[in-house]
Amino acid sequence: MSDNRPLNRVVSVRGLTRRFGSNTVLNALDLELEPGSFTALLGRSGSGKSTLLRTLAGLDPAPADAEIRVPASVAVAFQEPRLLPWKQVWQNVTIGLPGNGARERAERALAEVGLTRHAEAWPATLSGGEAQRTALARALVREPRLLLLDEPFAALDALTRIRMHALVLDLWRVHTPTTLIVTHDVDEAVLLADRVLVLDAGRIAADIPVEMPRPRSHGDARFVALRHRLLSELGVEAEVIREAA
Amino acid sequence: MSEHALGARGALAPSEPLQARLPRIDLSRYRRFVSPLVLVLLWQAASMAGLIAPRTLAAPSTILASAWELVVSGELPRHLLVSLGRVASGLVVGVTTGAALALVAGLSRLGEEVVDAPMQMLRTLPFLALVPLFILWFGIGETPKIALVALGSAFPVYLTLFAGIRGVDPKLMEAGKVFGLDRRGLVRHVVLPAALPSGLVGLRYALGSAWLSLVIAEQINATSGIGFLINDARDFLRTDVIVVGLLVYALLGLSADALVRAFERRALAWRPSLVKG
Repeated sequence: MSDNRPLNRVVSVRGLTRRFGSNTVLNALDLELEPGSFTALLGRSGSGKSTLLRTLAGLDPAPADAEIRVPASVAVAFQEPRLLPWKQVWQNVTIGLPGNGARERAERALAEVGLTRHAEAWPATLSGGEAQRTALARALVREPRLLLLDEPFAALDALTRIRMHALVLDLWRVHTPTTLIVTHDVDEAVLLADRVLVLDAGRIAADIPVEMPRPRSHGDARFVALRHRLLSELGVEAEVIREAA
Repeated sequence: MSEHALGARGALAPSEPLQARLPRIDLSRYRRFVSPLVLVLLWQAASMAGLIAPRTLAAPSTILASAWELVVSGELPRHLLVSLGRVASGLVVGVTTGAALALVAGLSRLGEEVVDAPMQMLRTLPFLALVPLFILWFGIGETPKIALVALGSAFPVYLTLFAGIRGVDPKLMEAGKVFGLDRRGLVRHVVLPAALPSGLVGLRYALGSAWLSLVIAEQINATSGIGFLINDARDFLRTDVIVVGLLVYALLGLSADALVRAFERRALAWRPSLVKG
C-alpha cells in the first residue's frame, strides 16, 4: 500500500524470512517505520524480535530475497551496555568516530545524559544505569536517523528504569531519530511508543497506535485498556486464567 | 608472597572497620618474616657449631661476606651484565617471535591453520632437551645460549596471547562493528586491549622460562655469566659463591616479575580489581 510513496518511510522491510535450522523465526515479515516515529516491538521470548532488530542493525546478514531499506546512520543500544572496559567513558562514546573534535562531541553527549562528571571514568566504576546512559550517549553522538534499542532497560532496577524512560523520551524529542525499541515489557511499550507492534509466529500480528499524550500514567483508563489488549495479544491472559483455575 | 597478604586483606576488608583492620595487617606483615629469619639464624648457629661443613654449605655470614667481596671486586657485576645481556637478547627474540606468531594465528583462520598446529606440537617438546641439538647447530658460543632463552620464552607468549585474542567477547566485537570500526580499528581498539591481560601473564611465564633457560645454558661451556661463576666455584668447593650465584638468579627473577607487574598496573588500570583496589 505504501509502495507508491517509499520516501515517507525511513525503514522499509518486505518479505523478510529468517530460519535457524528447521525453525522459522521471521516469516515473510513486512515492516515500515515513519520518520521520527517511536515504535515499540513486543513479543514473547523467541518470537524473533531481536533477530529483526539485528537484521535492521546490519548485524545479521539480510537474506537475498528480502527487500530491506534502512538509513545509512543507524545506532544501537543493547541490553548490556557493551562498553570497552579499557577505554574511558568519553572514548567509549566516540568509538569509531573520526578524530576531529571528538572529545567535545563526547562531552556534549555525556552532558545530555547527565554524565559530565564521569567523562574520564573507567566503565568498571559505573553503575548499571550510568553504563547504560553512556551507551545511549554513544548511540546519540552519531546523530543517527534510526535508533535501535534492544531491551536496553531490562537489566536495570525499577527506579533506574523509570529515570531512563524519561531520559530516552527527552533525547528522542530533541534529536528526533526514528526509534524502534524491542521489549517484552508491555508497560514500557505503552509508556514510550506512539505505535506498538506485536510479533508472533514470525509476523507482525498486531499494529496498534498509542494515542495518548505524554507523560502517560499507568493509572489512565486508556493505558489500562491498551495494556490488557496487548497482554492478550501476547497470550498472557489465557495462561493467567489457566493458572488461577 | 606479598600477593597472598594482599589477597587476605582484601577478603577481610568489607566486614571490618578501617581502624580495626590496620594494626592487624602490620602485625601479620612482620610475622611473615619471623620464620625465615629463625631458619637463617639456625643455619648460622649450626655452621658455627660445626654441624654443617663449609664444603656442604657455607654459613650465611660467609655467604654475605663473599657476596660483598664479589661485588666490590667487580667480578659479580661483570658476570651479571653478561647474563643480563643473554636474557635480554633471548627475550627480545623470543617474545617478538611469540607475539608475532600469536597475532598471525589469532587474527586469521588461515594463519591459525598454518601456525598453530606446528606450535602446539613443538610446545610439547621439553625445550631444554634441545640443548645437544643446539650445540651441534650453533656451537658453544653465545648463540645457543640466546637461542635457548628465546625458545623458552616464545611459547608462553604465543599460547597466552593466542588464547587472549580468541577469547575476546564477541558482544564487544559486535558493538565495535555497529559503531563503525573497520577491521583494523577492531584489532586496535577491541582485540589487542582485550588480549593484553593474558599476554602479560604469558610474559611473566616467559620471564620465568627465560631464567630457567639461562641457568641451563650457562652450565654448558660458559666462560662468563652467573652460571659460569657457579660452575667455577664448584671446582673449588666454594659453596659460599655458589649460594651467592643462586641468590642472584632468584633476585633477577623476582625483579623481572616485579617489573612486569608494575607495567601491568599501569597498562591495565581499567580492570575492576585495580580500579577499586
